[in-house]
Amino acid sequence: MKKTPLYEKHIAQKAKIIDFGGWAMPVQYTNVIDEHKATRGAAGLFDICHMGEIEVEGPQALDLLQLVLTRNLADQTIGQVKLSALLNEEGGIIDDLTVYKLDENSYMLVTNATPKDRDWQWINLIWRSKGFDCSLKDISDTMGKLDLQGPRSEEILQRLTEANLKTLRFYHFCESQVVGFPAIISRSGYTGEDGFEIYAAGNIIGNIWDKLMIAGAQSGLKPAGLGARDTLRLEAGMMLNGQDMTESVSPLEVPYSWIVDANKEFVGKTALMARKNSGIGNKLVGIEMTGRGIARHGYKVFHHLREIGIVTSGTFSPTLNKAIGLAFVDMAYSAPDTEITVAIRNTMTEAKIVKLPFYKREK
Amino acid sequence: MSKPNPTDRLYSRDHEWVKDNGDGTAIIGITDHAQEMLTDIVFVELPEIGKKVAKSDPVAAVESVKSVSDVYAPVGGEIIDVNKKLEESPELINQDAFGEGWIVKMRLADAGELKTLLSAADYEQLVKEEKH
Repeated sequence: MKKTPLYEKHIAQKAKIIDFGGWAMPVQYTNVIDEHKATRGAAGLFDICHMGEIEVEGPQALDLLQLVLTRNLADQTIGQVKLSALLNEEGGIIDDLTVYKLDENSYMLVTNATPKDRDWQWINLIWRSKGFDCSLKDISDTMGKLDLQGPRSEEILQRLTEANLKTLRFYHFCESQVVGFPAIISRSGYTGEDGFEIYAAGNIIGNIWDKLMIAGAQSGLKPAGLGARDTLRLEAGMMLNGQDMTESVSPLEVPYSWIVDANKEFVGKTALMARKNSGIGNKLVGIEMTGRGIARHGYKVFHHLREIGIVTSGTFSPTLNKAIGLAFVDMAYSAPDTEITVAIRNTMTEAKIVKLPFYKREK
Repeated sequence: MSKPNPTDRLYSRDHEWVKDNGDGTAIIGITDHAQEMLTDIVFVELPEIGKKVAKSDPVAAVESVKSVSDVYAPVGGEIIDVNKKLEESPELINQDAFGEGWIVKMRLADAGELKTLLSAADYEQLVKEEKH
């Protein structure tokens, strides 16, 4: 398994390590519920060094990104982050990734860990076939990433940076420093809380981790693993690439229509529009268990005795104190409040379809 | 660190404990080591009273935030009681796996099956080996 620069720190903290897409990652340090609640109530620090980063630079960088990504990036400003999707020719989602506009003609793509190599090959293929005047560089191995998430993130990070975090808006970033090291500070994340994604060189990211843990101690900061990351993102109604969506799923079947701009050309658009015209059959929805039990990935969903879909993510929600999940269901049964059942082992257990997200922070 | 495994009961290789009441019935739960591995127990699925199970059949399910684990009957028999408190307070298993966190009470089909189980000392050895 591949290890992040923080691996030894996780071992020293006695974290439980799991294989996440070929990476040895901490799933929990103490337990998922404590880490989840620390993040919602104060702050959590996550090792996200496994995610990928790709630099795109040159006069035609934007032209390439416009063609490979679904989102219209023409109006993106320097310092802004945009979520977008990378599709295959069939309109299926290869990856959902964020685009950082560093400068005119200079971008950084932040990819999910598992599809990174697939993204890299696909974007390169398109780049070569069109001969765009720009360069591509996979900087994943030298770039580290930490997610500092939770309502007290700003006060903690502000102790270690000259950047004025008060003025940094959601889904915007600045190139500054953290404890004297160059870093990109982005106000964004994957938990439904306020917080920051911090990018800095892999060889000093451990230093930033240590300083954040010290600076955050008085504010209730805890290290948090992938277990809490999963329950946090699910409560916030966010999808997990490779689990809630795969390459056979298009953005129109999941809550991603908003990142598709049909007023421009992009790879996969023709197939996507054909899918739209022939009618979308299934939809990803939120579910909440009303009977006793927890829906899990792969469990079947029924409406009376008719099988209508499958659970893609399911967990116990520490904030709401009930079982929640995401499921792909037949469009005809996708309206909120539709009563469904989930086959949990040998029992048909009652559930209902609910609106996403399950949890929204107070602003 | 796990709590010590009480010597007044027997253990299965699947991390269940069996306390023989000496009257043809036994109480069954999971070990403290098992709850430590699971952490965060948030749901327990209990069997119906009266259900008959054979040795090694799934008898209950214990769920943490992340995962589901079956609890296997360490011995065969009939379920004569279940710990209803676990429905409201599944965390009792985390807090007191050998006491308040018991799971089912069974009438043994064949008391001879108890001989297939491990002593506390043998179970500790098994846990040690699994850690390596």
